[in-house]
Amino acid sequence: MNFDFSEDQKLLQKTVSEYLHEHSPLTVARQVLESGSRYSETLWKGAAEMGWLGAAVPEEYGGSGFGHLELALIAYELGAALAPIPFSSSVCLATEALMIAGNARQKERWLPALASGQSIGTFALTEGPGRYATDAVKTTFADGRLNGTKVPVCDGDVADIAVVVARRSGGGTGVFLVELHQPGIERHPLTSVDASRPLARIEFGDSRAEPLGDAGGDWNLVEQLLDRAAVLMAFEQLGGAARALEMTRDYCMGRFAFGRPVASFQAIKHRLADLYVEIELARSNAYYAAWALSTGSKRLAASAAGARASASDAFELAGKEMIQLHGGVGFTWEFDCHLFYRRAKYLALALGSANEWRDRLVRAIAA
Amino acid sequence: MDFNDTPDEVAFRAEARAWLEKNAEPMRPGDKSESPALMRTKPSSINEAQTWQSKKADAGWACITWPKKYGGRGATAIQNVIWGQEEKNFKTPPNIFTIGQGMLGPTIMVHGSDEQKDRYLKPMLRGEEIWCQLFSEPSAGSDLAGLRTSAVRDGDDWVINGQKIWTSGAHYCDFGMIVTRTDTAARKHEGITYFIIDMKSPGIDIRPIKQINGATNFSEVFFADVRVPDRNRVGSVNEGWKGAITTLMNERAAIGGGGAGLPEFEDLLQLVKQVEWNGRPAVEDPSVRQQLARLYIRFKGLEYARYRTLTALSRGVTPGPESSIGKLVGAALRQEMASFAMEVLGSAGAVLDSDEGIDVGAWPQSFLSTPGMRIAGGTDEILRNIVAERVLRLPPDIRQDKDVAFKDIPTGTKAS
Repeated sequence: MNFDFSEDQKLLQKTVSEYLHEHSPLTVARQVLESGSRYSETLWKGAAEMGWLGAAVPEEYGGSGFGHLELALIAYELGAALAPIPFSSSVCLATEALMIAGNARQKERWLPALASGQSIGTFALTEGPGRYATDAVKTTFADGRLNGTKVPVCDGDVADIAVVVARRSGGGTGVFLVELHQPGIERHPLTSVDASRPLARIEFGDSRAEPLGDAGGDWNLVEQLLDRAAVLMAFEQLGGAARALEMTRDYCMGRFAFGRPVASFQAIKHRLADLYVEIELARSNAYYAAWALSTGSKRLAASAAGARASASDAFELAGKEMIQLHGGVGFTWEFDCHLFYRRAKYLALALGSANEWRDRLVRAIAA
Repeated sequence: MDFNDTPDEVAFRAEARAWLEKNAEPMRPGDKSESPALMRTKPSSINEAQTWQSKKADAGWACITWPKKYGGRGATAIQNVIWGQEEKNFKTPPNIFTIGQGMLGPTIMVHGSDEQKDRYLKPMLRGEEIWCQLFSEPSAGSDLAGLRTSAVRDGDDWVINGQKIWTSGAHYCDFGMIVTRTDTAARKHEGITYFIIDMKSPGIDIRPIKQINGATNFSEVFFADVRVPDRNRVGSVNEGWKGAITTLMNERAAIGGGGAGLPEFEDLLQLVKQVEWNGRPAVEDPSVRQQLARLYIRFKGLEYARYRTLTALSRGVTPGPESSIGKLVGAALRQEMASFAMEVLGSAGAVLDSDEGIDVGAWPQSFLSTPGMRIAGGTDEILRNIVAERVLRLPPDIRQDKDVAFKDIPTGTKAS
């Protein structure tokens, strides 16, 4: 039994953590949130220089040639720092999509640019309220042209390319690659529940696009992309949840009421213990999903859904408890609790809600 | 990351399996192992258990983590897990020796006299003498150190009076280990003395407790002027709390996830596929799917957390804090699963008769058994305190009984 990360992987994680400790304190996320600058270009460049953006990209395409276990640990630390960069969109979605489904030309064109951070990628699926479903896709692809509106698209206003789900003239859905800097594409920045991670509306009007790979795949490819991203984003969520617990614990130790630290009251202790338990259950699910992702296991669908739903729930719980256990100051703009509360919700919705993933989970296990 | 045995573990597993194949019958699909906790112990099953235990002892497969000098094989924790995994694949009698072998034996090894080690450990290992633990009392459960059963010195003996409760197997055990109050003027934890007691001693009265699931797994044990020789004292007078802690530490290691003999998640999945709601399998209903997924995530989360614990054991290091959540999550989860399964069954979920053409499986029985799991061996609330204090390093509770003579501590079990 060796159900743990290796010493080398843990060393890498430590390096990431130390770098972020120095270059991405919570003031960096707050600065993006307050200034409306959409993301931290400095941190994005740093992440690229550290090799994180191309961690799982093969060396021939300019990546570091690590695997998905390393990528998962990087995501964890970025989550813990609430790093205000489009990592999940560009690395966990666009880069992954190109790696598993792109053809050689597309990989050569885009992977080095994504791995070096020169280009930012994103994934555009949603077209308004509701669940992810093939029937909900109205954007069309025909004769190399995309038409329709995607809203909201995570990091959609800062991205350079998008992996877009659209309907072919024949009726089925497929996945298409679009350069976003071209006439005929209109992008509108939206106000995000977490302004340190932007959202946008993208309108395609006869925009040039090409199928991902030679044929563009089908809805199964969409689900595969979602499963892979779900595992990696679960680590980002877990990192955020663990940091929220740690900060809340420290605050409760130092805050006195009725002549004693509030952390000494069972009403507080039991809530923190329950939060710890939720995070550990999510962590175990995430570890297993990372194993499934890194080995190409057929259990990926079920384990990705389990990791995703539990990490979403754990981070959201952590965000809520963080404010509640801080008391009144937790509700102030000045304290950092709301950064976690916002990020938890943003990430929980970015890839479909936990409700949706629980449904996917049952589809995977009851088949 | 992988789930494979190391080469040493492969060899050990093969050795264990080879012996089991020669000496026991393999479990077949559909066979259910009997949980010792749910078993109604009959004399015949005690004999079977003892026969199997002595067979293992002869071949060196009893109490394998015990040191060789006490008859074990000095096996590592991971080897013990592997042995357990392998033995589970064979039809073997329920293990009624775990309290002695897993908790009390290790306590005697640490705190007992040489005479006690010579006298008791070997028959305990062979299953020739069965042991029980006399700890809880009617007003000393979570607050074990509040125990009031007294032991008073009288010549070479001690005289014990009082009552213990929740004693597993009291009526068939040969020996027990009992914690008693020997100084009420001392502070709570400083007036306790630990003894080995012969369960056949005059003055011991054992009354079975009928549980809400109809089973009787525990007894109340009453002591009226029961004499125990001083040579049966484990550790020094008034320093028994140390020994009790050793026993409890081993108990926590022994209890773990639990759930043997109860329905598993796979059974629940089958149920929601089979039972129909509105003419369709219940698993197609969105509300069922949401709850099923929530339960799966907790069930699997525990299973994967155990893999993490096993990984630590395999590397010979102490498991991380994730190992402390097993019982806290597992017991409540089993209760929730049973309750949900009965909800899926609808009104029929309330039927306990098996001859009404309704197959409710083991769910109602599990519903009635699982509340006990949330209390035994540390209540959910005590376990939350443990997670809070040992894992998260939060302050201990502020206590009013700490620097007071035991006799001056307020007490009471009823609202006034």
